[in-house]
Amino acid sequence: MSRDALLVLEDGAAFGGEAFTTRPATVAGEVVFNTAMGGYQEVLTDPSYAGQLVCMAAPEVGNYGTAAADAESDKVQVAAFLVRQAARRPSSWRAERSLAEELEAAGVPGVEGLDTRRLVRHLRQRGAMRGALSTEELDPGRLRELALAAPDPEGLAMVDRVTRAEPVELPAEGTERHRVVLYDFGAKANIARRLRRLGARVLVVPAATPAAEALAWRPDGVMLSNGPGDPATVGHGVRATRDLLGRVPVFGICLGHQLLGQAVGGRTVRLKFGHRGVNQPVVELATGRVAVTSHNHGFAVDGDSLPAGVRVTHANANDGVVEGLECLDVPAFSVQYHPEAAPGPHDAHPLFERFAGLMEARDD
Amino acid sequence: MPLREDLRTVLVVGSGPIVIGQAAEFDYSGTQACRALRGLGLRVVLVNSNPATIMTDPEVADATYLEPLTPGPVAAVLEAERPDALLPTLGGQTALNLAVALHENGTLERLGVELIGATVDAVRRAESRVEFTETCRAAGLDLPRGVEVGTVAEGQAAVADLGLPVVIRPSFTLGGWGGGIARTPAELERLLAEGLTASPVGRVLIEESVLGWKEFELEVMRDRADNAVVVCSIENVDPMGVHTGDSVTVAPQMTLSDREYQEMRDDALTVLRAVGVETGGANVQFAVDPRTGRRVVIEMNPRVSRSSALASKATGFPIAKVAAQLAVGFTLDEIRNEVTGKTAAAFEPTLDYVVVKVPRFNFEKFPGADPQLTTRMKSVGEVMAIGRTFPEALQKACRSLETGRDGLGNPGGDPAPGRPEAAPEALLAACARPTADRLEAVERALRLGRTVDEVAAASDIDPWFVDGIARIVEVGAELAAAASIDDLGRGLLWRAKRHGFSDPQLAAAVGATEGEVRTRRRALGVEPVYRSVDTCAGEFEASTPYHYSTYEEETEVPATGRRRVVVLGSGPNRIGQGVEFDTACVHAVQALREAGYETVMVNCNPETVSTDYDIADRLYVEPLTCEDVLEVCRAEAAGGDLVGVIVTMGGQTPLQLAQGLAAAGVPLLGTPPDAIDLAEDRGRFGTVLERCGLDAPPWGQAATVDQALAVADRVGYPVLVRPSYVLGGRSMEVCYDADGLRRSSALAAIGRGGSLGDRPVLVDRFLEDAVEVDVDALCDATGHVLVCGVMEHIEEAGIHSGDSACVLPPITLGADQVAAVEEATARLGRALGVVGILNVQFAFKGERLYVLEANPRASRSVPFVEKVTGLPVAKAAAWLMTGSTLAGLGLQAAEPAHVGVKEAVLPFARFPGADSLLGPEMRSTGEVLGLDARFGAAFAKSQEAAYGALPAKGVAFLSVRNADKRAIVLPAKRLADLGFTLVATTGTAGVLRRNGVEAEVVRKGHEGPDNVVDRIRAGEIDLVVNTPAGPGAREDGYDIRIAAVAADIPCITTLSGLTAVVQGIEARLAGDLGVRPLQAWHTEGSGEPQGGAPVGRDGSPR
Ligand SMILES: Nc1ncnc2c1ncn2[C@@H]1O[C@H](COP(=O)(O)OP(=O)(O)O)[C@@H](O)[C@H]1O
Ligand SMILES: Nc1ncnc2c1ncn2[C@@H]1O[C@H](COP(=O)(O)OP(=O)(O)O)[C@@H](O)[C@H]1O
Ligand SMILES: [Mg+2]
Ligand SMILES: [Mg+2]
Repeated sequence: MSRDALLVLEDGAAFGGEAFTTRPATVAGEVVFNTAMGGYQEVLTDPSYAGQLVCMAAPEVGNYGTAAADAESDKVQVAAFLVRQAARRPSSWRAERSLAEELEAAGVPGVEGLDTRRLVRHLRQRGAMRGALSTEELDPGRLRELALAAPDPEGLAMVDRVTRAEPVELPAEGTERHRVVLYDFGAKANIARRLRRLGARVLVVPAATPAAEALAWRPDGVMLSNGPGDPATVGHGVRATRDLLGRVPVFGICLGHQLLGQAVGGRTVRLKFGHRGVNQPVVELATGRVAVTSHNHGFAVDGDSLPAGVRVTHANANDGVVEGLECLDVPAFSVQYHPEAAPGPHDAHPLFERFAGLMEARDD
Repeated sequence: MPLREDLRTVLVVGSGPIVIGQAAEFDYSGTQACRALRGLGLRVVLVNSNPATIMTDPEVADATYLEPLTPGPVAAVLEAERPDALLPTLGGQTALNLAVALHENGTLERLGVELIGATVDAVRRAESRVEFTETCRAAGLDLPRGVEVGTVAEGQAAVADLGLPVVIRPSFTLGGWGGGIARTPAELERLLAEGLTASPVGRVLIEESVLGWKEFELEVMRDRADNAVVVCSIENVDPMGVHTGDSVTVAPQMTLSDREYQEMRDDALTVLRAVGVETGGANVQFAVDPRTGRRVVIEMNPRVSRSSALASKATGFPIAKVAAQLAVGFTLDEIRNEVTGKTAAAFEPTLDYVVVKVPRFNFEKFPGADPQLTTRMKSVGEVMAIGRTFPEALQKACRSLETGRDGLGNPGGDPAPGRPEAAPEALLAACARPTADRLEAVERALRLGRTVDEVAAASDIDPWFVDGIARIVEVGAELAAAASIDDLGRGLLWRAKRHGFSDPQLAAAVGATEGEVRTRRRALGVEPVYRSVDTCAGEFEASTPYHYSTYEEETEVPATGRRRVVVLGSGPNRIGQGVEFDTACVHAVQALREAGYETVMVNCNPETVSTDYDIADRLYVEPLTCEDVLEVCRAEAAGGDLVGVIVTMGGQTPLQLAQGLAAAGVPLLGTPPDAIDLAEDRGRFGTVLERCGLDAPPWGQAATVDQALAVADRVGYPVLVRPSYVLGGRSMEVCYDADGLRRSSALAAIGRGGSLGDRPVLVDRFLEDAVEVDVDALCDATGHVLVCGVMEHIEEAGIHSGDSACVLPPITLGADQVAAVEEATARLGRALGVVGILNVQFAFKGERLYVLEANPRASRSVPFVEKVTGLPVAKAAAWLMTGSTLAGLGLQAAEPAHVGVKEAVLPFARFPGADSLLGPEMRSTGEVLGLDARFGAAFAKSQEAAYGALPAKGVAFLSVRNADKRAIVLPAKRLADLGFTLVATTGTAGVLRRNGVEAEVVRKGHEGPDNVVDRIRAGEIDLVVNTPAGPGAREDGYDIRIAAVAADIPCITTLSGLTAVVQGIEARLAGDLGVRPLQAWHTEGSGEPQGGAPVGRDGSPR
């Protein structure tokens, strides 16, 4: 018999379910939802979700199991995984483990049977909030206290917990054409994969690496990765970005985009409940072309705070949130979404080529 | 880029009659498209021969031509209307092929009409199998190896290289038409021949078989700025080798990792770009090898399709509407998502529920046809169910099918332990055979001990789906362990409901009644909630009025406090209950909305207009069972004042729920439940007839074979036998003697199982050579009756009303006969207590009028009557049911000054081996309308629309039974005068010669070589007249009819049919088949100015 589980949000709303992992657990943190219909393994291992209790809106999860090749980092990052129904057996020629085995190995509780749609709607209406989940403590009052005791996502510094300790150098796939320093603020593995596929040798460096150290490797460009937490807490990243601007082409993704925004003098704001999914339409303002893109962010750049000399290049077709910006004086641009996809559509892959183009322009 | 400024008038081509592979989904998409275009201020001209659709309602287009969808008449419409553009992507394969034909014969260029939505080149690249293959290969995509051939010999040579099995796929067809899987050289030869005939261009693709691979479809939209989105992914539970239309399918796809899915998405967009689909929707099909992940492209349809209708219903994204907007200049980012009202249409819907589609088959109507599922589509309809999990949605879909199941599995039907069928190998073999009941076989195998892996290996069904069924089986086992209803605790009930179990399933498990289970369930608080389909998985506030039930914690139906009426739909399309009933339901909804009620639609058929979420104020996609409807009513009563439920618009499906709903206290609108029973119960109905002084053919009912024989002796042979409570003449047979009666299928059931209990068979005296008359009438609560249409059948009584051609107004009945029919209808309406709508079928045998049956509901012929007369019959019925009177509505029926002929479209060609002889069991799938000033022309149009133009010259073959020999002389002479060469079998030829009509004698099939069958096959005959030879020998001529069907030439099986055909040929030869819009026909009688003079084919006024 599976074990009962209870999730209680900081406003007291409670959601019952059953654990599909065996180890007893109690966790607290920000509760977020993702609307992607697949790609759960990429979500689980995306460092931007570090410490969060992630709920999938799609009801049937785990169907094709997990495979090491699909991991976006070397471990499961989420604090808990909440679904409507978890597959009991993986069905795919690629599967190496079941979803339950993957979570079990990471010691992360998986809970099914929740009314996940009610949870999504609750968060959408009331805004993002913290929650506590337990498979041992089923007293709602006690769990609510735990939820309230969890750190406030606003002002929460997470990058230093997920960044790597030492730099690592990765060779290009095929002929080497570029050298890219990738700042690891909690980088998804597919960013390095895409860079390498473009012919870049990649040096992945810890988040606190000063610009001078990065430049010492003589990169053709610098990539600022995605990552968890409040962008306002990543001061070292903002400083490094400021120092890099004008020296090498810079490309920021997600948190990297928010750092670029701050580096040029802009501000970041927290969204009501963020964008997490793979179907967000993003309009390229210059052409009107729409790309369907992968998202995972709770904060965004405030467009009004940007100085002259910086142009907003992309916007969310649904709610107008700033999705991309570009510096007019130096070769630097960034997007709020994930051109590396994984999970999600590949519509934004060409941005990597744009980055390569900037690096090439610099070579001549 | 908004609306193109150079467009004023757009011609939309519909898909014509409902046939297998091309059904009501095109009414849904066409209606949506016409509305969207008019909404943009464009003038819309529509051509569609199918009167049973909402699309052909006069309000939907500015000019509606109910004309044949063949190049001649459509060219005439183009001449008359001179549209700027023609939009062919919403009318299925019919419209695409027509557009190509009009391009090729130069009509489009001559008239300066632009093709929008798809270019001819793109259509060719998509529809020609070889061009498609080359285009995709050049774009770097993988496809099964194959070659396109134009002759049988080329095909055989190709197979030497590919090896058997191979798959044969004709170019420019749909629904797998003419294709198949060849496993042996003999099958190869046969399928090559069939495929080459089926393809309009005489080419087929022979392809490496990828049987057993997983099959997927992506619904894609692209605009002229090259924005592209995948609206929905669909995964087939049945692997490759079963046509997607015949497969159980699931949305979204369930078993691909994101990596694999995104690569498939990339490929789909590549296909669209390579083929050159510039604007609009398309569907791309893929196969994936479950062992290696190798992915191949199977095909692409550059148009909206059955799957796109399903995808629209599954996601809430109106594909057809958006496709139409894109075709006239918009880009995706300029269109809002109407569901959320805030977000853009340039996005990909995300689903937080599981959609299951299950096809509906009608094999029982085609004895002799092969029930194995192949690449050739055989289903006639489908149901869709939504649940939060696959098991829940699957069970809901199964009980939506109306095939007598209350969910997945039929516990009563297991083989006894120890029987060979119960052996493990036999259970698995049943899972391996693709049939309509395959999922039941899977359920049974799992229940009787086979493992998920064994079943998956045997069936090639993905283990994930098999495991979903295993979850159902496991809960079923828990239920089976419950000894009585008291053992159904809250936990078990909750789990069972979350796995989709219905109350009747629970009741059967614990030996209680459905009512007892409902009571207990409610006492324990186990009740459904209603969620919304919102395109965004809850991410945005959505006001979609589109709901499904599930067992969870929060309901999303808003309380409005308004007065509301629930209209029950007609469920899956099937032979006997098709799109006509959906049209009536939609009209009822429209009428009630106009009258200020909040309207609620309940239906489970994804193909239809009624399940478009903006037809009613609220839509529930739910099974049409007593339980599911009661729960909807409960939810509706909670949010406002539930005025009542309408059960008389959706055919037999909702009508059968009347007693159960009334018993549970739900108010029914219109005809009260007891009056319904009065009409449906033969015994009670007999008393009503007596009271009205009307006759019925003598009859009796029987629960055993001996009783049936006794009744037959009493009423006299021939007799008509049938089970009671059926629609579409299920299992109805004419028997000429006791032997025939014993062999009849209705009695065969008794033969095996003893008595039939409370569902006895009915035995009627069969009226030979009687003229059948169909009447649709309106009745109000004050006893007033308005006869809206009296239709005379062209075939005599004994051919099911749904299969018979019929004409309105009657052409051979005298005014006194029509008056007698009207009078009888009025008396019946009052005596039954009908409030709303009534259909009566009569037969004139000589001068004597018999009542065959009365249906206290909207009938199949209602849309036909509406289209011919212009009277809003179904709408008026809805108003009458909510309290209006006929006097108050001020409706008047006037005999139209023009003639409408309805012709039925039969699917025999889909079922090789099934006899095309018409009988009392309905077998047509759809209908067309021919409208003209005179009968001959209207009939000729109806034939052209249904089967292609009548031959204007050539060889006519005649072979009639003795009873018809005298009457054949005149029509035969007329045919000869019109220039036909006559050939006949010995007896018929003799009679003709003696009467001075020359006819060459030709051998019958069994009389040796060079017989008529050979000649038909050789294409030497243009018209076949074969009336079956009376008592005992109705099968005679079977070979002739089969050959005629296979050769696709008219095959007339009644003399009355022949007379009509002769008149049609005369009209054709006289050259007076003009075109004219419905709106003009309708206004002509009322003296208003005519909206367009009739014009001839060449565009000249006639
Ligand atoms: N190479 C093949 N091997 C096995 N099955 C096939 C192959 N090609 C097609 N099929 C099956 O035949 C069905 C019908 O083929 P398709 O080309 O889609 O016809 P249609 O155009 O009528 O939809 C498909 O749904 C698929 O199940
Ligand atoms: N007594 C009869 N004599 C001759 N034909 C009959 C008789 N009863 C029924 N039929 C024929 O059978 C067809 C189907 O019968 P009907 O009672 O209308 O069944 P359904 O309910 O399926 O429409 C009718 O349309 C008519 O042609
Ligand atoms: Mg197909
Ligand atoms: Mg009938």
